Amino acid sequence: MNNLKQIWNWIDDRTGISEFIRPLAKHLVPPDSRWTYIFGSATLFVFILQVITGVGLSLLYQPTSETAYSSLKYITNVAPLGSFLRGIHYYGASAMIILIGIHMIRVYISAAYKYPREMSWISGVVLLGLTIGMGFTGQLLRWDSNGVWSSIVGAEQAGRIPFIGTWVAHFILAGGTLGGATLSRFFAIHVFLIPALLFGIIGLHLYLVIRNGISEPPKAGQPVEPKTYRQWYHEMLQKKGVPFWPNAAWRDMAFGLLVVAVVLALAYFIGPPKIGAPPNPANINSNPRPDWYLLWIFALFALMPRGIESYVIAFGPLVVGLILVMLPLVFNKGERSPIRRPWSVVIVVFILTMVGTFWYEGVKSPWSPNFGAKPLSAQVVGNVGPNAIAGASLFFKKGCIYCHSISGDGGHRGPDLTKVADRLNNYQMTIRIVNGGGNMPAFGSSLTKNELTEILDFLNTRK
Amino acid sequence: MSEMNFMEKEETRRSFIIKIFSIFGGLLGVLVAIPIVGAMVAPIYRKTSKDWRSVGKVDSFEIGSTVLVKFKNTSPLPWSGITSQTASWLRRDTADKFIAFSVNCAHLGCPVRWIPDAQIFLCPCHGGVYNKDGSYAAGPPPHGLSKYPVRIRNNEVEILSSPIPITTI
Repeated sequence: MNNLKQIWNWIDDRTGISEFIRPLAKHLVPPDSRWTYIFGSATLFVFILQVITGVGLSLLYQPTSETAYSSLKYITNVAPLGSFLRGIHYYGASAMIILIGIHMIRVYISAAYKYPREMSWISGVVLLGLTIGMGFTGQLLRWDSNGVWSSIVGAEQAGRIPFIGTWVAHFILAGGTLGGATLSRFFAIHVFLIPALLFGIIGLHLYLVIRNGISEPPKAGQPVEPKTYRQWYHEMLQKKGVPFWPNAAWRDMAFGLLVVAVVLALAYFIGPPKIGAPPNPANINSNPRPDWYLLWIFALFALMPRGIESYVIAFGPLVVGLILVMLPLVFNKGERSPIRRPWSVVIVVFILTMVGTFWYEGVKSPWSPNFGAKPLSAQVVGNVGPNAIAGASLFFKKGCIYCHSISGDGGHRGPDLTKVADRLNNYQMTIRIVNGGGNMPAFGSSLTKNELTEILDFLNTRK
Repeated sequence: MSEMNFMEKEETRRSFIIKIFSIFGGLLGVLVAIPIVGAMVAPIYRKTSKDWRSVGKVDSFEIGSTVLVKFKNTSPLPWSGITSQTASWLRRDTADKFIAFSVNCAHLGCPVRWIPDAQIFLCPCHGGVYNKDGSYAAGPPPHGLSKYPVRIRNNEVEILSSPIPITTI
């Protein structure tokens, strides 16, 4: 024991570890910084988890367009605990996105971004962007049919940037088409480029916590005054501050460990997302959609008016980024308490409602044709005579059912036709089917007169 | 010479050397950066072979039908494997007129499906619809399906392998 202590003393003396760590661990923090302050550190915990599991995955993953798919199969089905490893990395990514979101909302609601912590917020915005970049490139490394088509969708989005759009799209795909160079690119970005930036900027983000101190919980009527704030903060700490370790840190540890435990449990009991069909760009039976945290953007693309879409895709992220960066520069002083800044609460509720609604729509994605629809059952069709029964089978065969549902079967792109005869007469239905309109294509040229009559016979029984 | 003067002189000599080294270091940095940036952008400028790919005998396509044909893309690499494949919806309009549609939706590039009985192309992502001639029918796409050059040689239908069409503003 004594020997070990001697060895440690020697190492500590020559390296100065204690001298370095002690002031960091013991730095004073405001006394009431409690459970709302745990989300940033939990994000860091999960980030470390991501780095470790990422290294684990890279030991098995083959980063080439040709072999990635079979190595993913191997990791998932053959490698010992490989599925668990993939699961941790996947749920860890989800946890990071959620925690960053909560952390950001907390900082915004309590206006912790004001003087002198502007750079904390700005570096945080950069970290948010990099994390989304990790999420997207990571999803593509899951190089199945969905990964291949999602990279094409990503390139097409970049294509809407004015002037340089095509160049950026080709930059993403590594050429004019998807191919051998594409995956290497995502791998390098996901594994080297963004992580290097993340390490650096996380370092800055943490250093700023030490330099400027964590913000005290806001009090109404106690505005931030840049001229006097630093001195006031310093005196407050000297009077009332408590050491970070262990007074504040135990909460960070408790919550961080809980989050990691939840991620491990999800990975073990639910497992990673399934690997889809092989990454063949000639396989068109793919239905690419983003992982859950980007589903709301997927919904946005389906629902916004056609005329503004290109501009939203091209300038939307730019404008959002600019607003986020400008926020602490424009509003760097004054009241911090949400009671005195009611708009901040309104804005957060508005954004959450908007994202939540789009997300909900994205999960349902009613605009996507339902290619899995089965022919209408005899029970749904009913005993309606031979012509109408023929019409019911045409309703499936001609693809009406991909977009229209009847008694719960079919797609939701177009109106539900369960009771269509109650609101449209035969003439109105004919016009609609033959000419189309709105989001419905015209079927006039692809239906014979007989087929049209049969379909109408069938629809007229729907009331 | 006073001590003050001596120090100032020393400082000038040192800062001159530092300046020289900084410039030299900067040049070396640029020298290292060039091949790295080169590796990043090289694939964009890689000469792509504009090759005509045969997709089948003329007689194997029915007049009025639209079928999926698969062929090698414009820039296959030795390690591309399955990802060097690409596809097109090929329509035989008349005896000697073929149209090759891109499978990529003009909206965001998802693979459209041909619904033969309804004579439409449907996109699974956001519900874009195209007519049998590729023209825009409904949904979010800003225009119709792109087309690839197609020709008949020695009784074979050939499609010109081309980049994925990118919709721009």
